[in-house]
Amino acid sequence: MDATLGMAKTTETAGAPLIQSEINHATPVRARDVVVHYGTKQALFGVSIDIPERSVTAFIGPSGCGKSTFLRCINRMNDTIVGCKVTGKIELEGADIYDPSLDVVELRARVGMVFQKPNPFPKSIYDNVAYGPKIHGLAQSKSALDEIVHSSLRKAGLWNEVKDRLNEPGTGLSGGQQQRLCIARAIAVGPEVILMDEPCSALDPIATAIVEELIDELRENYTIVIVTHSMQQAARVSQKTAFFHLGKLIEEGKTEDIFTNPKHKQTQDYITGRIG
Amino acid sequence: MTESTIPGTGAAVAARPSSQAAAALRKRRYAADTRLRVAGLTAILAAVGMLGLLLWTIVSQGLPAFTQTHVRLDFPLSAELVDPADLEATNWRAVVTGGLNAALGETASPAQQRLLSQIITNNAQFIVRDAVRANPSLVGSSITLSVPAADPFDGLNKGQVLRDVPEANRRVSDAQIAWFDQLSAQGRVTAPFNWGLFFNADSRFPEMAGLAGAITGSFYLLLVCFLISFPVGIASAIYLEEFAPKNRWTDLIEVNINNLAAMPSIVYGLLGLAVFIQIFGAPRSAPLSGGLVLSLMVLPTIIISTRAALKAIPPSIREAALGMGASKHQVVMQHVLPLAMPGILTGTIIGMAQALGETAPLLLIGMNAFVTSPPGGILDASTSLPTQIFIWADSPERGFVSRTSAAIMVLLGFLLFMNAIAIYLRSKLERRW
Amino acid sequence: MPATLNEHIVTSYEDELIDLNKSISEMGGMVEQAITEGAMALLKLDHVQAQNVRTFDAQIDQMQQRINDSVVSIIARRQPMAADLRMVVTAIQVANDLERTGDMAKQLAKRTLQLENLGLAPKFYNGVKHMKDLVSRQLQAALDAYLTRDSKAAVEVCNHDDEIDAIYNSLFRELLTYMMEDPRNITQCTHLLFCAKSLERVGDHATNIAEAAYYLETGRHLGADEQQRAPR
Repeated sequence: MDATLGMAKTTETAGAPLIQSEINHATPVRARDVVVHYGTKQALFGVSIDIPERSVTAFIGPSGCGKSTFLRCINRMNDTIVGCKVTGKIELEGADIYDPSLDVVELRARVGMVFQKPNPFPKSIYDNVAYGPKIHGLAQSKSALDEIVHSSLRKAGLWNEVKDRLNEPGTGLSGGQQQRLCIARAIAVGPEVILMDEPCSALDPIATAIVEELIDELRENYTIVIVTHSMQQAARVSQKTAFFHLGKLIEEGKTEDIFTNPKHKQTQDYITGRIG
Repeated sequence: MTESTIPGTGAAVAARPSSQAAAALRKRRYAADTRLRVAGLTAILAAVGMLGLLLWTIVSQGLPAFTQTHVRLDFPLSAELVDPADLEATNWRAVVTGGLNAALGETASPAQQRLLSQIITNNAQFIVRDAVRANPSLVGSSITLSVPAADPFDGLNKGQVLRDVPEANRRVSDAQIAWFDQLSAQGRVTAPFNWGLFFNADSRFPEMAGLAGAITGSFYLLLVCFLISFPVGIASAIYLEEFAPKNRWTDLIEVNINNLAAMPSIVYGLLGLAVFIQIFGAPRSAPLSGGLVLSLMVLPTIIISTRAALKAIPPSIREAALGMGASKHQVVMQHVLPLAMPGILTGTIIGMAQALGETAPLLLIGMNAFVTSPPGGILDASTSLPTQIFIWADSPERGFVSRTSAAIMVLLGFLLFMNAIAIYLRSKLERRW
Repeated sequence: MPATLNEHIVTSYEDELIDLNKSISEMGGMVEQAITEGAMALLKLDHVQAQNVRTFDAQIDQMQQRINDSVVSIIARRQPMAADLRMVVTAIQVANDLERTGDMAKQLAKRTLQLENLGLAPKFYNGVKHMKDLVSRQLQAALDAYLTRDSKAAVEVCNHDDEIDAIYNSLFRELLTYMMEDPRNITQCTHLLFCAKSLERVGDHATNIAEAAYYLETGRHLGADEQQRAPR
């Protein structure tokens, strides 16, 4: 009984290894005491979390709570921001991703990213998906590249919609299709982890549902981390949920528990829509 | 709507939109709108009017220069005058006089003979010589050629020289007018399109002067300017925008570039004179030196417009490429630069147009020289379109007045053409497919 | 779990939840009244009161429907989460238990109408009276625990359920004795036995409400949290 009660960890035990006894998976991404500064402003205050393998982990929290910042630490997209300093440790399969010897280009191939606004390249649908395999040299021949593109589009559930117009511009697709194209583009390089930064915030409910269905399917093969403003979406797609507030990880746990019985008052106030 | 109470009002009840005060205020606001519109319209009309006046002046002055009065004469090439073996030794002036005499009858005195020969261009002797040289078999018979009339008679034919002015006050004498009328009566006077304006180099005689040298010179100038400023400008802009750390030094560089763009162009001319010509020994009056100076002047424009074009590329594209694991170089070369190209090209063409119209720095490095042949390369002495205009505007001959305006029209034509290319490129390449 | 929650940002949502709570409270009051009056009608064999209780049940049913409708509407429009979600879900459960309790009161009223012509010896119904008092108390305590979100009180209610069972068992034996003493008592005593059974069921519903109160407050099921309960 005590095990159940203590399952959802709170910040009181931050820093200690959080072994998820309930979620019986390996944890390819482990973060310990991650602190981020933007110039003199501190954006994250010691975040420690394990991301379970082949499942969807959702980060929720109000705007500016640091959830996107943390997400972007996982594939070092914050490197591009001037004045951004990351301390602490994030491990991918046991290797510190902030180790100077680690190649950030390789990291980003292993940890793909899908952004808030669908951002296909202004190229053809084929070229969009083929871009990653091309720059990383994943395809030895044209037919191998074709195969990667086709299977990626199939996995992204876009194949039937675009198979007759692979040479048409990716920007000509609808918003939901563009976002699935971006997902296909991300999975074309065979990542282990896919980060999604509010992937449905620019989509209508139907397109959102399609993308959510896709996320649920991708969960079989990929470890997915999703940042979302929609608590309903987090509740629908994720197995694990982490609540961020003012740069701190307030609470993490199984999604059912977070949304029916959060342990922390701030979490409760946020997810029930109360003034926190 | 007006019936409902306004929420949140305390003791004082707010005036409603339908009240008298609100209506009066609205009326004042509409009046202010109208005043602003009228003021703007007036300003636009004034600007358009002045521009129209300028254009009208230039066009009305320049148009006559696009035709040139020619006199068709049969020049007798008797064997005693012309020696086919030694054309250089021939007295071509005598041949020309012979042609005039053939049309108008013999004139007695040498003084009259001189007056008569003034009707056609002083260069007629060279025109005839070149024609005969091209076709020596004509010696012994005669050759019929249309030669340009001299500037005063060109003016007379176009009505610029008035016949009712007292003889002493005009450059043509009554006798010359009589001869010219006689030639005209014989149907020898024509006024075809003035191809010479485009295919002749500069000359002391307006009727022979053309823009070929200036156009070629401007072409070489722009070539040098483009080859230097385009790659250097884009490379600097990419470095500053994509790679340079944002610190005090890059700020300083940025401020300096912006200031350079506003620098008076004559300063660049001084720099070119002092550095390129005196220190590096670049040839004076040559398109190389001029192009170097102009490229310095155009660089800030290209850098600024390229940076603006790079900045305008949505960050989502960079993020997408970076997120795929593209390197910085790949992000810039494969995504950002191609998307920024329309903006960069537009900026470059605007810069080139600016260089094409620039005069002051070229004057300082001696590109206002009198050069009678088009330059053969970037090291030959040459003029450019604006400096040619400057030279002609300085010349006293009546014919240069309209040629100056004509040259301005040609220059404006080139500028319009370049701007049209910029607009075309922008609309063509910017289509996000 | 925080003891007090802040107000919702959306006040109309807050109002709806408050209204829902009020409806439960109101329905609870109606059901308590129905049980009390039903039992009184039985003990006094009051024909009119029994008829009143039977018609009152229709109002209770309506109340349940109203609560269900507002819960469905809140779920559809507000997507309640966490404590709010537990509140609306348990509201359905509690309304259901209350409606069943109302049915039990109706059962008492029906038995009253059948016992009317037979008459009752006071010794027969003493036990039933005692049981009715205990059940009413339990129901009231469970509703209070639910409305005040008092998990301790809810555990108390559950622990007291055993007492009702014990009383029912002894009452069963007592009535059985009367029936064996004189077969003419069999009809009355059987009716009373069914009434006692109905009251015992009300006690079960009170326990259900208490369990809902516990879940509402803690987010855990009382059945699972065995150690919270007193040893049997």
